[in-house]
Amino acid sequence: MEKKYWQSFGALNQSDAYQKDVQNEFKEDIPALSEDSNLLEAKTPRRDFLKYLGFSTAAAAVAASCEMPVKKAIPFVNKPENITPGVANYYATTYVQDGDVVSVLAKVRDGRPIKIEGNDLSSINGGGTSARAQASVLDLYDTARLRFPSIEGKEVTFEAVDKAVAEAMSGLTGSVVLLTSSIVSPSTKAVIAQFLAKYPGSKHVTYDAVSYSGMLDANLATYGKRVLPSYHFEKAKTIVSLGADFLGTWLSPVEFSKQYAAGKRINEKDPSMSKHIHFESVATITGSNADEKYTHRPSETGAIAAALLAAVRGEAVNVADEKLKKGIAAAAKALNDQKGAALVVCGSNDPSVQIVVNAINEAVGANGTTINWAHTSNIRSGNDAEMAQLVKDMNAGSVGALLVYGANPAYNWYDVPSFVAGLKKVKVSISFNTKLDETTELCRFSLPDHHYLESWGDAEPKTNYFSFIQPTIHPLFKTRQWQDSLLKWSGATVDYVSFLKQFWGAKVGGEAGWNAALEKGVWQPEAASVSSTAFNGAAVAAAVDTARAAAKKDGLEVVLYQKVGIGEGQGASNPWLQELPDPVSRATWDNYFVISPALAKTLLGIDLSNGGQADAYEVNPPKKVIEVKVGNQTLSLPTLIIPGTDPNTIAVAVGYGRSAKTGKAAEGAGKNAYPLASFNGTFVAYHAANATATLTKDKYPVALTQTHFRYDTEQGNRTEVMKELTLGDFKKHPSEIYDERAKELEPWGGIEKFESDGTIYPVFDRPGIKWGMSVDLNTCTGCGACVVACNAENNIPVVGKTEVMRGHEMHWLRIDKYYSGDLDNPQVVFQPLMCQHCDNAPCENVCPVAATNHSSEGLNQMTYNRCIGTRYCANNCPYKVRRFNWSDYTGSDSFANNQEGIISDVTMDMQDDLTRMVLNPDVTVRSRGVIEKCSFCVQRLQEGKLKAKKESRPLEDSDVKVACQQACPTNAIVFGNANNKESAITMTRMDNKLRTFFSLEMLHVLPNVNYMAKVRNLPASEKHKAEAHS
Amino acid sequence: MTKIRLNTTRFLLIATLFLGSFISNKAFGQDGKALFSQNCASCHAINKDLTGPALKDVESRWSSKELLVTWIRNWNAAVATGDPYAVKMKDWSPAAMNTFPSLSDADVDAILGYIKTASAAPAPVPGAAVEGAPAAEGDSTLVFGILTLVLAVIALILLQVNSNLKKLSDEKEGVVSLEPVPFWRNKTYIAMLTVVLFVVGGYLTSKGAIALGRSKDYQPEQPIYYSHKVHAGVNQINCLYCHGGAAEGKHANIPSVNVCMNCHMAINEYNGEKLYDADGKEIDGTAEIQKLYKYAGYEQGKPWDPSKAKPIEWIKIHNLPDHVYFNHAQHVVAGKVACQTCHGEIQNMGEVYQFSDLSMGWCVNCHRETKVQFKDNGFYSIYEKYHNDIKSGKMDAVTVEKIGGTECQKCHY
Repeated sequence: MEKKYWQSFGALNQSDAYQKDVQNEFKEDIPALSEDSNLLEAKTPRRDFLKYLGFSTAAAAVAASCEMPVKKAIPFVNKPENITPGVANYYATTYVQDGDVVSVLAKVRDGRPIKIEGNDLSSINGGGTSARAQASVLDLYDTARLRFPSIEGKEVTFEAVDKAVAEAMSGLTGSVVLLTSSIVSPSTKAVIAQFLAKYPGSKHVTYDAVSYSGMLDANLATYGKRVLPSYHFEKAKTIVSLGADFLGTWLSPVEFSKQYAAGKRINEKDPSMSKHIHFESVATITGSNADEKYTHRPSETGAIAAALLAAVRGEAVNVADEKLKKGIAAAAKALNDQKGAALVVCGSNDPSVQIVVNAINEAVGANGTTINWAHTSNIRSGNDAEMAQLVKDMNAGSVGALLVYGANPAYNWYDVPSFVAGLKKVKVSISFNTKLDETTELCRFSLPDHHYLESWGDAEPKTNYFSFIQPTIHPLFKTRQWQDSLLKWSGATVDYVSFLKQFWGAKVGGEAGWNAALEKGVWQPEAASVSSTAFNGAAVAAAVDTARAAAKKDGLEVVLYQKVGIGEGQGASNPWLQELPDPVSRATWDNYFVISPALAKTLLGIDLSNGGQADAYEVNPPKKVIEVKVGNQTLSLPTLIIPGTDPNTIAVAVGYGRSAKTGKAAEGAGKNAYPLASFNGTFVAYHAANATATLTKDKYPVALTQTHFRYDTEQGNRTEVMKELTLGDFKKHPSEIYDERAKELEPWGGIEKFESDGTIYPVFDRPGIKWGMSVDLNTCTGCGACVVACNAENNIPVVGKTEVMRGHEMHWLRIDKYYSGDLDNPQVVFQPLMCQHCDNAPCENVCPVAATNHSSEGLNQMTYNRCIGTRYCANNCPYKVRRFNWSDYTGSDSFANNQEGIISDVTMDMQDDLTRMVLNPDVTVRSRGVIEKCSFCVQRLQEGKLKAKKESRPLEDSDVKVACQQACPTNAIVFGNANNKESAITMTRMDNKLRTFFSLEMLHVLPNVNYMAKVRNLPASEKHKAEAHS
Repeated sequence: MTKIRLNTTRFLLIATLFLGSFISNKAFGQDGKALFSQNCASCHAINKDLTGPALKDVESRWSSKELLVTWIRNWNAAVATGDPYAVKMKDWSPAAMNTFPSLSDADVDAILGYIKTASAAPAPVPGAAVEGAPAAEGDSTLVFGILTLVLAVIALILLQVNSNLKKLSDEKEGVVSLEPVPFWRNKTYIAMLTVVLFVVGGYLTSKGAIALGRSKDYQPEQPIYYSHKVHAGVNQINCLYCHGGAAEGKHANIPSVNVCMNCHMAINEYNGEKLYDADGKEIDGTAEIQKLYKYAGYEQGKPWDPSKAKPIEWIKIHNLPDHVYFNHAQHVVAGKVACQTCHGEIQNMGEVYQFSDLSMGWCVNCHRETKVQFKDNGFYSIYEKYHNDIKSGKMDAVTVEKIGGTECQKCHY
């Protein structure tokens, strides 16, 4: 355990700025007065001050003694039976966005959906969610949503637009094309078929912004069907990923995270876990979680796949780079060792590369074991070639009508100008998109669709796995489901709801069956059947040659990637997602070029091993801007140095640079990187070789949170904060962590008696409940779903970019990212850190007004109305988890708009009456000048306790689930009553005694949150090898 | 001073609690009248047809008491026996009667007993079912105040007399005294007055400041003169019949118009005791029912269409600050606290006023003194230590405070 962990380059070098920074809780001093300030000569001298003081006191007294306002209580006229004001209802529905599907429950309070929870009944996401699914409820109340149908921007009624469309379509020359993102709804597919039948010669083109067309084409070539299989990461003992970010953004990350965690969950009596080897060009959360990780040029993916195929087959590996060669050999060995329980996935959109990957999977027996063809995946079905053809047709003038749903090629097609030029030649252009996005802006007709929480529908993410959508709120605006429009225009007499009921009626067993299905939200087979499909290897040899040929030897390369929060760009207008620190870069509100420390030295002239230079880079938000040129496209963005990036690669996230009309959050955030993609006739490539990068004189500020809330520990390598070990070490010396703890605490009573013997103060009773939380670092992937869930549950304000840069972000739960090892390719550990609810809390002792104190249930309580904002507590918190309301971020101030110009536009937008509908009415909205922090979702604890009391029974685990725990796709967070011997939290701590530790335990703060050490599937370290020999 | 005040308040509170529980026991006891009000009164009256038929002398109309009891529990079963009267009664009204399988024999007997007595009585039952408010505890502050004032004046006079006598004796003895200072310029008096003013003024100011934002005794005029006395007092309708939310969640909820109309479709006139508003003006109960009909969009004699109703904008009386979380179900269901404990004798209120000041001190005080349902509620079985202490006699009961009921985050989050 001599390893050193660091979060920032300053910490690595122990630089001056770092040393200074860790002394302070807050990044900047309060705007206090210094000696040399000219206050005394200020225009407001003492006497004036006293006058104002007297006046304001008198005014306040007069104002306060005015009459109390008269409040009204207006009951229902005819109360619906299942609604009780003040009591939340949960409705099963489904989050669907451009093919992404998560079965969820919408928490509806007094008619307003305010929180998204995972649906436990779904066997695909099983209660887990993603950051984007969590944030989707905010999109419902987005002020930028289109509020009415329009023709050329002018508001009209649906009758008028229907009439106008009918007229326009009747005299149409040219074909009718329906352009959508991937459609997962079987009933919608039926609606589309009906519509297409009405217009002969019409067709449906599916277009995904980040395409899986190459994979689909490869499957067509080798398996004879253009579909994606479903994957079983839980069955794989060896997982090799070639640039597929399957825990973050690739295909179905919630499902895969759940499966992946199953393989990583460790039983300490018989430790074993899956082995994950990762190859990538830009650091992703999947690579960060991998046991072994190798970096390479983006163009080399094919060559690596080919080499891996050769190695798996026992042939010679033809790769020049030594490290890569070693990695490929290791991967091949691990795959061959686990034939039938091995899986290779690849993020490339090149069909040749995917054909090679299919061949590897075939060779290691994945087909029919870890790759399942019995339930194929429907979540991506886009076709790049068809899309390119459509753009060609549009430009040729042969498209008469274009109906757009979901897709937004005017923003995310690689060649926007030609699409826009084509669209101008289309006579009838109709958009069903919910916002005035780049494509909708250019369309003649706009018929905005409902938000999914207002809609009816169904989804089939995998064949025979169905998930239903039911409305949870009456439509807020004059919008209409797009299926209704299609049905109307195809001459159908039924509306979509009736169509949907008819569609399902017989299958689910009539009205009663339909209601039961809606109640559960899912309709799925009891157990998954697994089958293989015949492999046709004819295309493999040619594919190997093509894949190999693509590799470049020199020059810089550019690769486009997606961020967990922003995705293809759907999250760009969501303030929660913009402010969610990207798990890898921990930056907010922007995209930027990501480069390696090695490239930083040559390109930016920053040597990170030089403390001063590292500080200069790290401490100041403005980052050096570089201009990257690919072909005839150029892009200038600030540059972040992220260890773990390939030295020859410049990476940039897509999804930024959206039109300001899509929302305040999107305005000015980053630049569009899609133009750097290219199309070669069959597929869109999201990387480019032969790039040139030049350093400009500009600097651009980036709101980076990696260096916020830093704190140092005495021994400097931070193993008191988080612990990690290898599987080899754990097997050799299972009680290593426990023994170390025991040794450290021995002088103070040892582990068992540390609480009472480590202090001279008496120990307090916890007679009933003692809340406790356990976080398993081994299954935490760092995806950020918990952070957004916490935002939604606890009314955490969005502060905006400038405030984040000042270290004022308000998140109660942050995911710390620790590096260790080699600066060029370090290992990464994520540690979610929230208030640890210390039983001997340092913050409580220093509060002069007792605004923070301890409850008999072990909660560190924060009472906002008592807080006077001294921030002593935050200064004394060893974990830096207390947040101060520097401004009135929530609009709770009694004077309207008095923060205008002080806080950011997006924060102001969050105070709009519409947006505020998302607030949780059970949680106080905090005002300026008070401290806040994680409350263990005390409102949920109280609700759970009340439920048990009403039923006159002891509290059970199922009564209480805190927001972060509920959101977690891997169940890394366990919460409950630690006084109950049979509760999940007690069992978890007992079953994982050897890996359990408390962060900064030696301080005797006695946290109620424990962690379980991360175990990496690597052989024993040198230290233990030596022990074994001696 | 504060100490004394606190103790008086405490005493008053305990007295109220005691009386409150006494009253509530009486109002909701298992007697025939109460059972009738809870179960039957929303559809039946003794002397008048409502949603269901008048129940005067009901027993004599049935062939046997057993059959009537069967009917009351589950009228379908009675119809199934083929009894001609039961079959006839089935079609008395299009609205089907509720079933009451949970009523015990004793309950039914009590109800029938009540109907018998009530049938014998002449006119509609008069009010005054519940005894009046707790007798005034006798606010002695005023008496003491006057006494103090009188004594102070006497003391002043005596002081003055004393100084005059001293002056006279001095003159007699030939001691030359200074020109006497009149008492209004006497520095001692001025100082004393200043101190008194400061103390009294300070006390009143701080008391006034503490009371800012509180609205005890708030009694606004409501859009309809709705008398809890008539509904909950005289007719003994269970509180939860209208305020069902109190058993389910944080809000007790004001009943929706359709709940009012459940009964008032049939009850269209008021014949009870005369009603007076807070200013002593007489209220015409029937006219107030007409106001309800106006809101409900109901025309007598025609079927009611709820979609035509307009909401009634009641004035909210009990207002808690936004940063306070209060849950009715917690108190009503888990704590089994009677409504009257916080809302006063609501069953005697014509127009509702705010009985408690709803201050934090008031909440905390109650939490300190109220005992939880420690033995009866299974939730508390986890408090092993307290159970042992009770067994061994170390403590006699567990108060809300003991289980953390005075901690900040029980109400503020």
